[in-house]
Amino acid sequence: MTRQQVLELYFMEARFKLVEVAAFLDRVDRAKGPPDFRLAAFRKAMKELSGKKPGRAKKVLLAFSDPTTKPIAKAPGKGACGAWPAGK
Amino acid sequence: MRYIEPHGHMVSRTTDDYQDMVTAGCAAVCEPAFWAGYDRKGVQGFHDYFCQLTDYEPKRAAKFGLPHYAWLCINPKESEDVKLAEEVIGIIPQFIDKPSVLGIGEIGLNKNSRNEMKVLEMHVDLAARTNSLILVHTPHLEDKLKGTRLILDVLKSDKRIKPERCIIDHVEEHTVQRVLDAGFWAGMTLYPESKCSPARAIDIIETYGAERLWMNSACDWGVSVPLAVPRTALEMRRRGHSAKFIDQMIFQNPARFMGQCPKFKLPA
Ligand SMILES: [Zn+2]
Repeated sequence: MTRQQVLELYFMEARFKLVEVAAFLDRVDRAKGPPDFRLAAFRKAMKELSGKKPGRAKKVLLAFSDPTTKPIAKAPGKGACGAWPAGK
Repeated sequence: MRYIEPHGHMVSRTTDDYQDMVTAGCAAVCEPAFWAGYDRKGVQGFHDYFCQLTDYEPKRAAKFGLPHYAWLCINPKESEDVKLAEEVIGIIPQFIDKPSVLGIGEIGLNKNSRNEMKVLEMHVDLAARTNSLILVHTPHLEDKLKGTRLILDVLKSDKRIKPERCIIDHVEEHTVQRVLDAGFWAGMTLYPESKCSPARAIDIIETYGAERLWMNSACDWGVSVPLAVPRTALEMRRRGHSAKFIDQMIFQNPARFMGQCPKFKLPA
């Protein structure tokens, strides 16, 4: 595909999603009480968007990932929350 | 259009879904054993589930002319209880020779714990002893990267395991490369809210090539779309991919992987 074709197919969708992210951050600001590690991880991941090189999706995923390599002693439950609670 | 749904939890879907899938061109559906949404109380619960997967569900699919295949295991979400896992793995040989059982799956990790690792190793050993194909579930979200690394270590350290006979499922942009580089197949799961979107799955195909990749809907009782594979085929068409290439991705590739099990046959 040419860049023009990619824009034809995906610009509106990407624009919509970007506004959603902006509104989410505004909503967090308007709300009361402390946030948790997820917001910090989100802000860290967002920095990858302004990078000049390809591989942004990979870098965003890595920003949310547990970077450790040893199995944990016991599963704390079954679910995942989307961000790694560093040092917790 | 013809396609194979290589990963669908049909026990949690309706007959309408079967009808829609067949209407959209589904030529076979493959169902890995998974978590029921609650922990089963004992080995008898798994026995009944394996009967459902290997007897009842193929009959339900056959009503719509759809071949149904199954993979058996205790899911990583239930692998913290090693004693139960041993009992469940102990009954799998009773089912492994059934005509619709393709192999061991979806095994893997969930929270990357030591007990999950033990149970993964037990499953890999069973697959090696029975010369079975392996379908691996990689963990969700923040746990996926670490889990994928650990799973690859386990599979690579067992010299009886051939990478081309294992598919590592639910890969994303941060895990696909290491899976393919190690010689394994990689599966992309098309979910509306997590894992891969159709657009990102096609990005991955365009970036890493279509040699050892497949796509699945992994439809279950959660937010998921049974027609995600044919819808992604439409998205590939919008991007200008040829009918031949789309057929390779959604039909020939899964057929090639699962065809390594002689029991996998498609209607003529
Ligand atoms: Zn699954």
